[in-house]
Amino acid sequence: MSDVSIRTRINGEEWTGAVEPRLLLSDFLRGNLGLTGTHVGCEHGVCGACTVRFDGDPVRACLMFAVQIDGHEIETVEGLSPAAGTDLRIADLHPIQRAFHETHGLQCGFCTPGILMTVASFLERNPKPSDREIREAISGHLCRCTGYHNIVAAVARAAELLTEVEA
Amino acid sequence: MKPARFDYVAPTNLDDALSALAAGGGEARALAGGQSLVPMLNFRLGGPATLVDLNAVDELAFVEPTEEGGLRLGAMARQQTLEHDPLVRIRAPLLAEAAPWIAHAQIRSRGTIGGSLAHADPAAELPALLMVLGAQARVARAARGSESGARIERASSLCDLYLGPFFTSLEADEILTEVEIPGLRVGEGTAFAELARRRGDYAIVGVAVRVRLGADGLCEDAAISLINAGPTPCLAEDAAAALLGEVPTPAAIANAAEIASLQCSPAADMHGSVAYRRHLVRVLTNRVLLRARGRARERVV
Ligand SMILES: Cc1cc2nc3c(=O)[nH]c(=O)nc-3n(C[C@H](O)[C@H](O)[C@H](O)COP(=O)(O)OP(=O)(O)OC[C@H]3O[C@@H](n4cnc5c(N)ncnc54)[C@H](O)[C@@H]3O)c2cc1C
Ligand code: FES
Ligand code: FES
Repeated sequence: MSDVSIRTRINGEEWTGAVEPRLLLSDFLRGNLGLTGTHVGCEHGVCGACTVRFDGDPVRACLMFAVQIDGHEIETVEGLSPAAGTDLRIADLHPIQRAFHETHGLQCGFCTPGILMTVASFLERNPKPSDREIREAISGHLCRCTGYHNIVAAVARAAELLTEVEA
Repeated sequence: MKPARFDYVAPTNLDDALSALAAGGGEARALAGGQSLVPMLNFRLGGPATLVDLNAVDELAFVEPTEEGGLRLGAMARQQTLEHDPLVRIRAPLLAEAAPWIAHAQIRSRGTIGGSLAHADPAAELPALLMVLGAQARVARAARGSESGARIERASSLCDLYLGPFFTSLEADEILTEVEIPGLRVGEGTAFAELARRRGDYAIVGVAVRVRLGADGLCEDAAISLINAGPTPCLAEDAAAALLGEVPTPAAIANAAEIASLQCSPAADMHGSVAYRRHLVRVLTNRVLLRARGRARERVV
């Protein structure tokens, strides 16, 4: 049960160190690295609050062990807009975050970081989604506040903003 | 909650993984996508002494065509490849059609084909889908005691794999390594439907079918499998047999659906009573048989 050495990249930065095998990726990100944007709701894969990107794919951080990211790359919500800090300006946010701000796509914000990571991968694969496809894409996330309509609107707006950025 | 302590090994080839499992003497468990195992560990339902992580065993992560027009799927192929791989779409369209119903994208990105088959949840889609396609599983273990050679392999039909809910014929030192699916034949069509609360939730009831029509329009072969309508994924054999040698008219199809609904043995839970599940088996079987018939007709030459 000894600690295992790992070498990984988190939001673009190299990290090496040793972790206990049973340490969940979600607890490693929050507890060891202080990346508390990754939220923990259910710890059995259902709520989506802990969703991060593993080599570009959205995954549940509560269903992986930190040892498993050895040699792989993780992106968390903190990596979306590196400029964010205390003097945060809306313009510095990632286009997906701006879209959620504009369309009121969150209330308490507990579910938001996980949804943003899912949406980032989803819009890469499907840059012009229909409303139905958006609803399907966020079906793996529970939100207790918004009633989802504004989240769907936010994803549609994010798709627009991202296409503008590219154009 | 958090998992109890365990030893962790991450072998990079199958033989090392098999010896690590064997060395565990029943106390070691394979870790595939972790999408069913890690929730159980988090709840402290069973605590293996050792986890043998299969994620670095690259030789188990493949999707390959066979010469007979079918497919071989490695146990560590992710569920999301069924959705996105063009080869799967062409050679096993049933799997591509059903893939978006297997959990959510964030689960399919990690969850594996072998893990879903080995977990044996009666509400899981993959066992039933592969059963209806007539897939064969391959299983391997390290040689025991006086056995010669490093590795002992066996084949198993999917039906022989399932003994009860969450209970398979796999032994503690065995790894399911791959499944092989025969190619779609001339005049053959498949279809799938499921009812779930939301896309990605486990099926309340699901049905997958395969039918083959001859040039004369008669049904030469049929298979119907039911999801969450019994303790294990199962074939509705009498219902399928009722179609053989018949022209699959709407009446013949309705009759087969009726037989499936009468002979299945679903359980009741918060999502539906036994009567409601039987009703769903009838309605969904009818619907997918009609759809598969249409697809089969397009493939008759
Ligand atoms: C929120 C949520 C929703 C889900 N919804 C669905 C759904 O709608 N439909 C569905 O089918 N599934 C669903 N799942 C389960 C998901 O598909 C799992 O990925 C799958 O059941 C297990 O696959 P895995 O690769 O994650 O296996 P693991 O969780 O790693 O392993 C499961 C079990 O199988 C054993 N095992 C794994 N691989 C092998 C192997 N090659 N040989 C022998 N034993 C092995 C393990 O030791 C363990 O006992 C859901 C999961 C979650 C968290
Ligand atoms: S905390 Fe991971 S899905 Fe809920
Ligand atoms: S905004 Fe509160 S849970 Fe979604």
